[in-house]
Amino acid sequence: MLEGKKVIAIGERDGVPGPVIAECLGGAGLEVVFQVTECFV
Amino acid sequence: MSDSLKAVRIGVEGVFYSLTHVPDLVRYGSKPSRETKANHDLAEGLAKKLRSFPEAVAYAPHQVYIGNITPEELNGLTKPWYEKLIEGASVQGRFGDLVDQSRFYSLLAASDQFDLVTFEEKWFQEHAGGGPANGRKPRLRSIAEIKALCDKGAFQLCSGGMLVGAFEAGHAEDANLTAEILLENLAAKVTAAHALRSLLNAVKLHPGEIDYVISCSEEAVGDRYNRGGGNLAKAIAEEVGCENASGSDTKAFCAGPLYAMVHGASLIQSGVCRKVAVVAGGSLAKLGMKFESHLKKGMPVLEDVLGSFAVVLEAAKPNMPCVRLDSAAFHPVRAGASPQAMAEFLAEKPLAKLGMKLTDVDRYGVELHNPEITVPSGSGDVPRTNYLTLAALAVMRGQIQKSQMEDFVRARGMVGYAPTQGHIPSAIVYLGHALDALRDGKIRNAMFISKGSLFLGRMTQLSDGCSFLVEQCPG
Repeated sequence: MLEGKKVIAIGERDGVPGPVIAECLGGAGLEVVFQVTECFV
Repeated sequence: MSDSLKAVRIGVEGVFYSLTHVPDLVRYGSKPSRETKANHDLAEGLAKKLRSFPEAVAYAPHQVYIGNITPEELNGLTKPWYEKLIEGASVQGRFGDLVDQSRFYSLLAASDQFDLVTFEEKWFQEHAGGGPANGRKPRLRSIAEIKALCDKGAFQLCSGGMLVGAFEAGHAEDANLTAEILLENLAAKVTAAHALRSLLNAVKLHPGEIDYVISCSEEAVGDRYNRGGGNLAKAIAEEVGCENASGSDTKAFCAGPLYAMVHGASLIQSGVCRKVAVVAGGSLAKLGMKFESHLKKGMPVLEDVLGSFAVVLEAAKPNMPCVRLDSAAFHPVRAGASPQAMAEFLAEKPLAKLGMKLTDVDRYGVELHNPEITVPSGSGDVPRTNYLTLAALAVMRGQIQKSQMEDFVRARGMVGYAPTQGHIPSAIVYLGHALDALRDGKIRNAMFISKGSLFLGRMTQLSDGCSFLVEQCPG
């Protein structure tokens, strides 16, 4: 169902970092077109 | 708990925290300056929801910041804190103060060595006359001349929305010496200098006794060939009259203050220095960072203060609160950026090195952002998130039961009370209360843990962090 879908991954400093989200979603067959980690404080 | 002969302790002579209330500069914060350009209605909304100085003084989290209320007491106060103001609140705290905008303008003028700052003469004499005794004579002009400077591109300096001064660029072409950047840098310098000057007065230390000043302010001081070249520390030392000191800057985003403390303690332990001051000024860019959320919820704009602090370190004496230098830990490159990895490398491993468990720490100082500022914007309760991570790690290691996580957070954590000034909330803000609690025997130790968002600079995906224990030196 997720295969080939494009995804934007936004990680959070105190939560899950962007590269980790990208790694997981990429492994599940999604195409990560952009990933970043942000700090919201 | 291990307390071997190997313990390396560096004394904390004192700490001072200051909040400078600058409502008329909120619009120059990075977020407000961008958003209000695109939407003029927002500018009007912002202006209407700025707090008065008495309101900022009576705001309970600010009273915690300067030491008049403990974090534990704050937790028991009715919310919203911005409505339940503290009656009879003082600008002077047990280990800090609040400074109003006129006084800040006075300090700005007195510390300006490059004719960047100009004020309208009559207003200045009536409202901002008292700078530091050794300050430079302010550049005073008529309002017509002030307006002419602003027409040429100088930043407006206002009081209650009324134009009272101008801040000029330091160079006609250099993008690193614009009025915007120099105002940020000079604001950091004067707020840090105020904190250090106040601390030296409080502990009755002559500025000449300081050997070295470390600034962990976040501003990038330098021209177009040396962006971020730095050594704001030495400028601060000069401003305070630390004539025998040199200095340098230590930067690691919000982790900077704890690194600076470890570096300062190491200079003393190695015998290079006798007394080291660790200082930081406020971040003008972060003013009003979440103002849109506050406006949407009908709240006052709570990010209207510049935070600063100063600490003096020296060789430990009996019964003196001290930094356990042998407990210091850094977040290594190999650790990864997940919260669990941060907690392992910054808390679990350094404690294990001392023969301690997570439950042997009486209080953790983490990133103590005021949740009343961050929750309305969806940024969550940052301290609570950090405490839950530590508690979860304690569960994973079998030190507590899962059902005891909330007890762990309640007993070893605290509610956040610091303004969102980046490096200021990052654990170091708790040092004053920790020293009091140690002296009063309320805690045996406190662990300080800070984190830095290195990835924001687009040079690495890594996070960063630093930690150490603080405890009472044996008698």
